[in-house]
Amino acid sequence: MAHGSSGGTPFKNPVVRWVDSRLPIFSMMVKEYGQFPAPRNFNYFWNFGALAMIVLMVMIVTGLFLSMHYTAHVDYAFNSVERIMRDVNFGWLMRYIHANGASMFFVVVFIHIFRGLYYGSYKKPRELLWIFGVIILLLMMATAFMGYVLPWGQMSFWGATVITNLFSAIPLVGDEIVTWLWGGFSVDNPTLNRFFSLHFLLPFVIVGVVFLHVAALHITGSNNPKGIEPKGPQDTLPFHPYYTIKDMFGSGVFMIIFAMFVFFAPNYLGHADNYIPANPLVTPAHIVPEWYFLPFYAMLRAITFNIGIPFTGVTIIEAKLGGVITMFGSIIVLFFISWLDTSPVRSARYRPIYKWCMWLLVLAVVVLGYCGSQPAEGLLVVVAQICTFYYFLHFLVLMPLLGKLERPLPLPRSISEPVLREPGAGPLPAGATAKPMEKS
Amino acid sequence: MADTTDSDGHTGTRRDFLYLATAATAGVGVLAFAWPLVDSMNPAADTLALATTNVDLTGVEAGQAITVMWRGKPVFVRHRTQGEITAAESADLSTLIDPEPDEARVINPDWLVVIGICTHLGCVPLGQRTTDERGEYGGYFCPCHGSVYDTSGRIRGGPAPRNLDVPEYSFTSETSIRIG
Amino acid sequence: MWKRACVLAALACVALGGPASASEGATHPPAQDWEFNGLFGTFDLASAQRGLQVYEQICHACHSLNHVAYRHLGELGFNEDEVAAIAANYQLSDGPDENGEMFDRPAEGSDFFVPFFANEEAARAGNGGAYPPDLSLIVKARSGGADYIYAFLTGFEEPPDGEELPAGRYWNEYFPGHQLAMPNILDVNTVEYTDGTEPTHAQMAWDVTNFLAWAAEPQMMERKQMGLKVVLFLLVFTALMYAVKRKVWANVHH
Repeated sequence: MAHGSSGGTPFKNPVVRWVDSRLPIFSMMVKEYGQFPAPRNFNYFWNFGALAMIVLMVMIVTGLFLSMHYTAHVDYAFNSVERIMRDVNFGWLMRYIHANGASMFFVVVFIHIFRGLYYGSYKKPRELLWIFGVIILLLMMATAFMGYVLPWGQMSFWGATVITNLFSAIPLVGDEIVTWLWGGFSVDNPTLNRFFSLHFLLPFVIVGVVFLHVAALHITGSNNPKGIEPKGPQDTLPFHPYYTIKDMFGSGVFMIIFAMFVFFAPNYLGHADNYIPANPLVTPAHIVPEWYFLPFYAMLRAITFNIGIPFTGVTIIEAKLGGVITMFGSIIVLFFISWLDTSPVRSARYRPIYKWCMWLLVLAVVVLGYCGSQPAEGLLVVVAQICTFYYFLHFLVLMPLLGKLERPLPLPRSISEPVLREPGAGPLPAGATAKPMEKS
Repeated sequence: MADTTDSDGHTGTRRDFLYLATAATAGVGVLAFAWPLVDSMNPAADTLALATTNVDLTGVEAGQAITVMWRGKPVFVRHRTQGEITAAESADLSTLIDPEPDEARVINPDWLVVIGICTHLGCVPLGQRTTDERGEYGGYFCPCHGSVYDTSGRIRGGPAPRNLDVPEYSFTSETSIRIG
Repeated sequence: MWKRACVLAALACVALGGPASASEGATHPPAQDWEFNGLFGTFDLASAQRGLQVYEQICHACHSLNHVAYRHLGELGFNEDEVAAIAANYQLSDGPDENGEMFDRPAEGSDFFVPFFANEEAARAGNGGAYPPDLSLIVKARSGGADYIYAFLTGFEEPPDGEELPAGRYWNEYFPGHQLAMPNILDVNTVEYTDGTEPTHAQMAWDVTNFLAWAAEPQMMERKQMGLKVVLFLLVFTALMYAVKRKVWANVHH
């Protein structure tokens, strides 16, 4: 796919030439980020990978400087965070960027994942690329969870208690695992210490997997809104300057939204209880995780029944374990969708039924998020159960089935061709018809 | 990558200006983001607020000395004997490595207040206790590389380039000083 | 497309972001017109200074203010001598001295607000078993923020008919669960404002809430001012980026 990989080095600067002939990093940069041919029809959903990269960098940099002032000890953690807020030069700025950055990271990554699901970016030949992405999501969740524990407020403490207790649902060895996770008999100083250590380590693991994610992307090339492979140079544009500039513009818009949160509503996405120092004797009236975990939290609580053999009273899976399996399963299932989806067509644009299933999935996840934010009682439990059911139905049943049953719309012959004919083309998805990006 | 068709030069200039302006703005933005991070490593407000130390001198007899912490560093406060004062005041300035008269280094000649950190590489010199090695000028002796200071804390021999630093301090009463 | 993404992001934020704020059995506090509200909000320093008086003379008898140092009062408009004078009213235990004894000394600017009770146990013992929470972060640590604190301080009432209060318990319209150990202190005690303002119950509640809002987030004004500059800068940068993008993409037909 690489059109531009010519033999001799194209560099004039002698130092660059010297380095490049020994370690071709400059040639690689030119090849992978300069000439790298990208489909010409990306829409703005394709900005979110670059945005995620930017947030990751911002998180690592602010986190590094915050760690210089933070003390990972139950007696000092809360106070050291307040010292950062009040006395460290620009400490409040770094902390608010870091705290809101976590939320921004998840917003960006959720949209990025939606993009992949909607346009079929997980399908052959990009299975491995997708799997790396799911691994990144899991690592992000672990990192965010442990980071939230560090300020050692009430929500930190009780969030850590509740989430680590999930592992006690594992049959036979559950309690031993939880004790091992804690390093004691409750969430305490050893727990805080190891969470800090891992919270520092995992982002660099994420960087590693992101590298693999991007490397895999550069082998297969990018998917695009039409979901068909480029047929030749007329279908692609060099990554620079076209997409570098477009990504920069997108990141400008993104940073404005980010800044609005940091400077004008820094605690909007947080929880008031986390400004109360951790107290192992008092559980807050209403424990909720950070917003990005709410859909998964709702799935955890949706399993309110034991699963067993009907009419016999034999329980195979208790409700507690069932909830844990469901919650983790909701991520694990993503590993397999490259094979669960049997459709020959990638983009939901050309899949009239699947398209609506996709939006239903979005709706289910948003509703699950709402359920997760509310006390688990009454009608909301049923709603959460229905949404959870749909979530798994979507991946485990609809994906394999629709691929066989659905009649896709005719695919355009190439990326550059159908633009000329588009006005007459049939019923396109609401999202995709909206003006193809720029001046067309 | 300036290979897009450039039909007239005028457009090109305007476009180049736009690129330059954008790149400059981006550069300013990155620097503006970097500064708070760099500045966060400077002393924080609570660290700066602890920058004064009060020392009670009652009970420190002539010939005795006390060491107090100020900004995380030892400060030597020595109640000098008459002999030490005379030795400090009578030193021939032209023979000094870092010439400075004794009266410029003390407020009350009875009391020598210096930061107890060798100006060579930051060790703490000996000489506060009467049993310490004090060097041939009776002041301080640095065990690391053999710098020798006199009873005014001035460098008289060895590798150190400067006299021991005198912190900012003032007498809040006859018998107490505030450092910083 | 971008619009769609924005809507999606906004939806995610709004739908999932605002955590459940309804505490069982409490009235939602009415919104007040604070001077620190909004993009350009600033602290009402005069009110906050009066609030400091309320805190010192009334609240301090039970509530600590552990994260605020006397030197921080400089940001509230006091000069160095005034800060030193305020600090000197408090005695704190320091040491050990050269004899190994702890000793009392007056507080200085660099010290943090000296609590009335030496520790949580002492505070409980002095308050019938209830622990008066630290007030440094109280505005950020309660959903409803300053509105809640003000509503709470002015929300003490006689319990509704038929509800029996145990001894040493009081009834508050806005407190979750309504019953609490704190009396309607602003009705019992009053301060003499140095600026001559009449110390009504509502006035003292208003002033001390302003003070506590400052104490919880002293960098608020700096934050908003910097935010305006940053957003303005980003708007310019994004507009420039958009112009560049238009130029770069001008020759691409699609």
